[in-house]
Amino acid sequence: MYAQLVKTAGSGVKSREEMSENEQDFQDRVDSDQKIEPKDWMPDDYRATLIRQIGQHAHSEIVGQLPEGNWITRAPTLERKAILLAKVQDEAGHGLYLYCAAETLGVTRDELTEELLSGRMKYSSIFNYPTLNWADIGAVGWLVDGAAIMNQVPLQRTSYGPYSRAMIRICKEESFHQRQGYDIMMKMAQGTEAQKKMAQDALNRLWYPSLMMFGPSDKDSVHSAQSLAWKIKIDTNDELRQRFVDQTVPQAKYLGLTIPDENLKWNEERGAHDYSDPNWAEFFDVIKGNGPCNTDRMNTRIKAWEDGAWVREGLMAHADKKAARKQAMTAAE
Amino acid sequence: MTDQDALFQFLLRMGDNTLVLGHRVSEWCGVSPVLEEDIALANTALDMIGQTQFWLGLAGEVEGKGRSADDLAFLRDVWDFRNVLLVELPNGDFGQTLMRQFLFDAWASTMLGRLMYSSDKRVADIAEKASKEVAYHVERSADTVVGLGDGTPESHAKMQAALDLLYPYVGELFESDAVDAAMVSAGIAPDPASLRDDYDTLIKRVLSEATLNVPASKFTHKGGRTGYMHTEHLGHMLTQMQWLQRAYPGATW
Repeated sequence: MYAQLVKTAGSGVKSREEMSENEQDFQDRVDSDQKIEPKDWMPDDYRATLIRQIGQHAHSEIVGQLPEGNWITRAPTLERKAILLAKVQDEAGHGLYLYCAAETLGVTRDELTEELLSGRMKYSSIFNYPTLNWADIGAVGWLVDGAAIMNQVPLQRTSYGPYSRAMIRICKEESFHQRQGYDIMMKMAQGTEAQKKMAQDALNRLWYPSLMMFGPSDKDSVHSAQSLAWKIKIDTNDELRQRFVDQTVPQAKYLGLTIPDENLKWNEERGAHDYSDPNWAEFFDVIKGNGPCNTDRMNTRIKAWEDGAWVREGLMAHADKKAARKQAMTAAE
Repeated sequence: MTDQDALFQFLLRMGDNTLVLGHRVSEWCGVSPVLEEDIALANTALDMIGQTQFWLGLAGEVEGKGRSADDLAFLRDVWDFRNVLLVELPNGDFGQTLMRQFLFDAWASTMLGRLMYSSDKRVADIAEKASKEVAYHVERSADTVVGLGDGTPESHAKMQAALDLLYPYVGELFESDAVDAAMVSAGIAPDPASLRDDYDTLIKRVLSEATLNVPASKFTHKGGRTGYMHTEHLGHMLTQMQWLQRAYPGATW
């Protein structure tokens, strides 16, 4: 999940009687699974929440290039380098679809970028963790993209048309990413002792941060009810986290790796695994900016944006000159 | 030098150019000036690494000592690399990276156009596949050079500085030696010098549209494609690129 802890705008779910006529019609359309399109009427709070959610998701794709980019120049084979480049290229592409989806709600990409760089908008907490050995690139694909898919598959049915369509495209590519991540893990887990150690080390460090991707526990997750009613959130945080744990446990077992949770066990009665929660104090620290890589990630993005200013200005100036020349030629004819 | 040795050297030159430049471009991951450029740079790097797999794969086959493309990429030292110096130079700013790309793409598109008619079908097949990608690369790098050269006074100044810095490395692309002579006589590849006129026509058209001045001096740095003397930069690049293979020999990744 690349959007977490998105604050839903508004004061909570309104009863039918409290809704205006527009709001009632809107809710009826959502309830009957009709898509809301950019030109349709929508409550201001729905628009504001979607901008936050899609924007945060887009920012996550952009910042998410950095921990993987950290290993592109050290990828161990030409094929691994090519696969990783393709993956990072896909992620930049996802960022692009998502910013476009957000633009249909009346906010520009530059405005969203400003919000990110000033720290007013967030990106997923997972990208504030470092990638320290090559197996981390496998674990990012396996766990991080796996968690993202868990969230995004249901979002293909989200009520906002452009968001839903972006999710359908993105999910296809994310499944490929997850498979290539798992493939790296297989090679590492079946490799030399050093490679096995890298694989276990990656899982040890990334397991709990991956669980955090689904956001706080339902009991602490304020505002979810309204987003669920609007169908911009389809499942609760804990439902998704449980699904992720249940899916991942047998995969780890197949790899011969140990999930770093002593309390992890199958609960026959619930038909699901019991597991330990991540350290939520750490989660909120990371969200507040105190994760291991927050400062580096933001400084990198800010530097890239500032260093690139002359390029953006140059290309814009050229486009203006070209348009002016064309106009002058048309006028002269 | 046997014909096979010469062909091996020629293939290393092709593959090392794309490997080293592809690696340099990949260093831009996630930090380019605008999202579309992140995508384009990753795509360019990806194409070049793909071409490397073909060129070095064939090089290993021709050498006949059982070395794979990965062995050649990750287990040779600086003196065995055969890329031109131009591609190993550091990225500099975005303008410098795109200027280097354009100066290389213009050569690659001309070279591949000729290699498609190589007497060696394996070479012709790789050239045909790569030339489709390079046609797009040169179009894009040329457009960007024009856009930034003919943009703001600041972007113009940066692009002129990039051209002044890089132009003295262009001549090496057209140097010839015994390897090239063997390739010409076998009908495998053209004499590099014979590409220069087409190349000059192409870059002069683009650089003039970009309102940039081509430096007058014909001086050229060289030593990369023969392996006699690389720049200091290549060793640092290899240190990073080859680290896992060197630190954990024999592992499968």
